[in-house]
Amino acid sequence: MNLQAENVSWSVEAKQIVDAVTLAVAEGEFVGLLGPNGSGKSSLLRTIYRILRPDAGVIELDGANVWHIAPREVARQMAVVMQERTGDFDFSVNEIVMMGRNPHKGIFDRDTIHDFQLVDDALARVDMTDFAQRSFLTLSGGEKQRVLIARALVQQARILVLDEPTNHLDIHYQLEILELVKNLGVTTVAALHELNLAAFYCDRLYVLKAGRMVASGTPEAVLRPDLIRDVYDVWSEVSTHPLTGKLTITFFPEKVGHRLNGNNKGQII
Amino acid sequence: MSTLAPIQGNTASPSCTTQLRFWLLLGGLTALLLVSITLGVTLGPVDIPVGAVWRIAASETINVLSDITSLELNSWVNIEANWTKAQFNIIWLIRFPRVLIGVFVGAGLAVVGVTMQALVRNPLADPYILGISSGASVGAVMVLAFGAFAFAGIYAISVGAFLGAILTFLIVFLLAQSNGRLNPARLILAGVAVAYFFSGLTSFITLTSDNRELARAVLAWLLGSLAGTNWVELTLPTAVLFFGSVYLVLQARGLNALIVGDETAATLGVDLTRFRRSLFGVVSLVTGVMVAVSGAIGFIGLMIPHIVRLMVGTDHRRVLPVSIFVGSIFLILVDVIARTAFDPVELPVGVITSLLGGPFFLWLLHRQMKERGGM
Repeated sequence: MNLQAENVSWSVEAKQIVDAVTLAVAEGEFVGLLGPNGSGKSSLLRTIYRILRPDAGVIELDGANVWHIAPREVARQMAVVMQERTGDFDFSVNEIVMMGRNPHKGIFDRDTIHDFQLVDDALARVDMTDFAQRSFLTLSGGEKQRVLIARALVQQARILVLDEPTNHLDIHYQLEILELVKNLGVTTVAALHELNLAAFYCDRLYVLKAGRMVASGTPEAVLRPDLIRDVYDVWSEVSTHPLTGKLTITFFPEKVGHRLNGNNKGQII
Repeated sequence: MSTLAPIQGNTASPSCTTQLRFWLLLGGLTALLLVSITLGVTLGPVDIPVGAVWRIAASETINVLSDITSLELNSWVNIEANWTKAQFNIIWLIRFPRVLIGVFVGAGLAVVGVTMQALVRNPLADPYILGISSGASVGAVMVLAFGAFAFAGIYAISVGAFLGAILTFLIVFLLAQSNGRLNPARLILAGVAVAYFFSGLTSFITLTSDNRELARAVLAWLLGSLAGTNWVELTLPTAVLFFGSVYLVLQARGLNALIVGDETAATLGVDLTRFRRSLFGVVSLVTGVMVAVSGAIGFIGLMIPHIVRLMVGTDHRRVLPVSIFVGSIFLILVDVIARTAFDPVELPVGVITSLLGGPFFLWLLHRQMKERGGM
């Protein structure tokens, strides 16, 4: 399954939030979407999973415009994990995960043993089996996030859209969740905050700044100190870790950054 | 030996025990409903022997079935008519319709409350609090005062109430939007404001009307009462409750997703616009028809869903069926109290539900504010 966004724009009250963004995710790829808060990552993802209708441009799943596909069919192809609040109404963890079966169910269909097994498997994969009967509202932020990933797994979609899936998670679970998603081998696009994790797990990266796509390519091509300085306004040093062969980025506060190199471009000399 | 992996016991068992508990609960509630109906028909200013109640009901049911099927069922089952004409009139023509309308109105308002709370994702929603009942009342009073929708015959009041309900619901829903999102505090405030406006409008229409009888009829009806129902008036509420409940139970998965969040529902395949529209329609239709037959009985739609969620959780596949029973039982019993506790005065049932519902609302509000640290 591949996903294509072409020249997608979305604005609210004359403020351009997403500005002519083009993005492509090929079958089996893990693509990261980077950018500081307010850069339009979430809005772009929301146009992709059909919550926001773009003012211009198209989003296609395997060449078909998502707005021409029935919502149920889109939900069978694409699972979404977003920042979610259930508010005042409580469900058990089992019930929340079971909702992932909704797009596969007609109005007369009941939950089958197969469905319950999918739920159990998914909870086991995110290490939440012991929480199956617990109330969702009593979970910590990280536990909730793992449950929502279990729901996405149960949905058995062919593309996974994640909006900051590791927010609120301990570093242990940040690694575990991304490791899990990576090993699924499912086509994935994820908005990520943590640049080191993005560098480690993503095949390709897109970088947004003020709604515009400012860079794209492999982590090695994209994550350069000058770009990080430009987009995130911090100093950094980028090197290749001898063990993993992946990039590691070290950040410096303003005064240390100046002392290290005094070079406005942010490059370490 | 089979090579297939056996299904693990712990995989299927949680669902099985939950299912079993659910069906046991429904069985118990059915029994309780029958007891409540018997109580409702038996208790009153004139004492009626319990045995006569169900023998008359059985005998009349057989008569009706005989008429429909043109079979001589009467000759197969013989029920001795050992009741007086007066007893028959009180039981069959007065109390049974009254108790049954209590069943349908209680169930209908409970189901509407459940649906509205999911639709606006607010545990304080209820057709009475959000002004939908007041809107339905205006529609109904306009029919009584000006003879609007005369083409609908005996259903004119229901048509008026339905249109009033759906219009009010839309107004309140739109007023509660801020930045494209539904604001919980604004929803309640908009509902209260609209409810006051429409109550005022109802009074205005009633008091300026040339029809002197109207004022008395409307005032009695506005307080919410099950009195004076006959068998013919039962048909529309029965049909609307039946189709409305069946539709909503079939959409229970969608309601589950919707109560979690609009975006969640959408990413789980719910066509939000269409689903919301149809829920608006069903909620307004059921509310309108119930208000047309019984006036604005308050707080049933608020209290019952909460009581039921405490019993079975939030899954609408359980909440909706259980609410139907609990709503019916609750309203029948409250009506029994309204009729008998303050003898010789008979209170409108809406007075009692408001006396119970007001404090309940405040308790919910208090609990919600404690959890959130303010609305």
